[in-house]
Amino acid sequence: MSKIKFQRKFLAIPYGIFLVLFVIIPMVLIVVYAFSNTDPVTNKTTFSFDNLTTFFSNSYNLHTFLISLAIGLGNTLICLIIGYPIAYILAKKEYKFNYIIVLLFIMPMWINFVLRTAATRDLLFAMGLSGGEHPYISTMIGMVYNYLPFTILPLYTTMLKMDKSLIEASMDLGANKVQTFTKTIIPMTLPGIISASSMVFMPTMSSYVISDVMGERQISLIGNIIQLYFDQGLWNLGSFVALILLVIILGFMIATRNMEKEDNVRGGLW
Amino acid sequence: MKNSNKIIELKNICKEYDGVLAVDNFNLYVKKGEFVTFLGPSGCGKTTTLRMIAGFEMPTSGVILLNGEDISKLPPYERPVNTVFQRYALFTHMDVYDNIAFGLKLKKIKYTYVDKKGVTKEKYRKYTNEEIDEKVRKALKIVDLEEFEYRDVATLSGGQQQRIAIARAIVNEPQILLLDEPLGALDLKMRKEMQEELKAMHKKLGITFIYVTHDQEEALTMSDTIVVMKDGMIQQIGTPEDIYNEPKNAFVADFIGESNIYSATMVGDKMVRFINHNFVCVDEFELHEKVDVVIRPEDIILGNENEGMVNGKLISKTFKGVHYEYVMMVGRNEVVIQTTDNFEINKIASISIDPFNIHIMKKEFTVNKYSDAWIDKNNNVVISEEPFECDITQLVPGSHVDEEGYVVDQHGIKYDFTDADVIAEISLKDIEVIDNEEDGIVSGEIVSIIYKGDHYQIIVRTEEDEDFVIDTEYTWNEFDKVSVKVDPKKIKLTLKAEVKEYVKD
Repeated sequence: MSKIKFQRKFLAIPYGIFLVLFVIIPMVLIVVYAFSNTDPVTNKTTFSFDNLTTFFSNSYNLHTFLISLAIGLGNTLICLIIGYPIAYILAKKEYKFNYIIVLLFIMPMWINFVLRTAATRDLLFAMGLSGGEHPYISTMIGMVYNYLPFTILPLYTTMLKMDKSLIEASMDLGANKVQTFTKTIIPMTLPGIISASSMVFMPTMSSYVISDVMGERQISLIGNIIQLYFDQGLWNLGSFVALILLVIILGFMIATRNMEKEDNVRGGLW
Repeated sequence: MKNSNKIIELKNICKEYDGVLAVDNFNLYVKKGEFVTFLGPSGCGKTTTLRMIAGFEMPTSGVILLNGEDISKLPPYERPVNTVFQRYALFTHMDVYDNIAFGLKLKKIKYTYVDKKGVTKEKYRKYTNEEIDEKVRKALKIVDLEEFEYRDVATLSGGQQQRIAIARAIVNEPQILLLDEPLGALDLKMRKEMQEELKAMHKKLGITFIYVTHDQEEALTMSDTIVVMKDGMIQQIGTPEDIYNEPKNAFVADFIGESNIYSATMVGDKMVRFINHNFVCVDEFELHEKVDVVIRPEDIILGNENEGMVNGKLISKTFKGVHYEYVMMVGRNEVVIQTTDNFEINKIASISIDPFNIHIMKKEFTVNKYSDAWIDKNNNVVISEEPFECDITQLVPGSHVDEEGYVVDQHGIKYDFTDADVIAEISLKDIEVIDNEEDGIVSGEIVSIIYKGDHYQIIVRTEEDEDFVIDTEYTWNEFDKVSVKVDPKKIKLTLKAEVKEYVKD
């Protein structure tokens, strides 16, 4: 008779293996690549900060980095401004046609991403907004269009959970509509705002398809740089840029962890 | 200003949701410093009324006067009232201190100052941090949670959260404190404690309390005045003693405390007959009038056989702590008796009732009356959207229905009653309740059951909101889905218009 009894935690083994293979090892590799250099002649790999100095001494790279940051922040902000009221309306149960609105936002996601982006560009062109002439505006439109559903969904789920009597309590205690919004509704939906922001900000910075298509290759984002380096076989430099993104994500998560009071029960792997 | 000390007055308040009246012509005034309780079963409109006072709902019609001024159109944040919510509604993103300080930080207070020219002027300012601090600490002291300022609200127990919710409301020094079933989520022991504390707090603070509950005991314990509500209408307003001892109708009697309710007839001057016996009473009603009689179980004196007024057999005995509860069968009627004396069951015993303890009320329902019934083209009477095959020849004496469907009288005059508006009356005994929703003519839900000694009086409400009041011997449960069947020949019809208007030429 076998001594090993089936335990529920064994079900986590496939995920554990997956995690190590596709998340932990690649991350370690990125860090290793970012801080090493391979001599093309001797093929010897050594530890070095060359990538760091190379990246930050290049003004084009810095410029691209700042542009990416601006577009990322801008897109996040616009998505929140548009998505927040929509999510609020959706979460109110008294409107009968909520599912139609949800469908309207979900439906474009069923169409292939590249095709959709190209179609958006052509549509804007037909309306008189050429991506070549106004690369930033059309890139922003493309970004917002693409990431809006990702903003609405997390906001919608937090708003559904929000106790409506809190809004009444706030008004009861003397807060007018604006004060109720800023002092009660916004803080209560902060977890949703944070998760919506993280779902929009990072992908925006690292994507390059939308900016390439919409801006007709006049705008480079961080994603473009990584792609460029990898295409040229500069794995170490590319990894370093990827590491910068990783650090930003990490910083964002640490900064928001304290703000997010919601007690999400996240157990360990076992 | 009016000289009265009425702090709030509700005049002809109605509230409609999608055509259904939730609150129907509500009239009430509350005196300053009073503890008023709205009591009633769920869906009676008590919470809706409270929410209209708070400003979360606007009345469909009527006015709410606070100190003589109309506040019905004011938003909640401009009303000097505060609410304690059923589920506390504490802000989870703030600690205890910030929750209580929430209202204070928003408040603007008026102050006067003398400017450089020596003119006294009025200005508004916010509370200073020290003032807020002092008030928050005072409020925490009142609710007995002094060391909890910086605790996260999620770490508090239900009772503690409720105290914080109360502190958050009273810290604003409202003119009226509204409490919406605040103790509903607490366990029994905690609830009793909080009842006492709320009562003490009311005395100490001197604020007017308006309290909503479905718990009659809570209402009796705490209030100065109880407003009993049912179906959006006030049934009775009175002190706890009044409501308990002098219930106005069978509903109030049944809802407040335990009671024996019987259908009775006045058989003489201050003489009433029920459970097959004549009793002397103190209330005066017309001779032969059908009435409802209420006797509290503790007001019935149990004695040995032939010692009392009526004999009966004790069929059950339950120990209830302080007293025993007996059930006696007198003929086909059940009598519930509470006494500390010990009697043997399955033996004959007797009861006597002090005339003063026999409470007689006007009978609410003697007949079901449907004043918006009409006759369809098949000569059926339509009640609550359902056709009933009735005998429509009763509308014209000595008539019959011919093969074309017209009513023909003795003189051969034809009447066409299609679409005629009639009043239909059905006696309480002529309606049958059927378990299966499909088998009857109209289906509905049982919304009320009142036991009347030897039968139940139940109310079946249809989807069209029509009520059928039925006397039945069988037990049903509230919210049972049933259907009703009526013997069509027993439906009494009266035309609304003159009969000659329906003559067919």
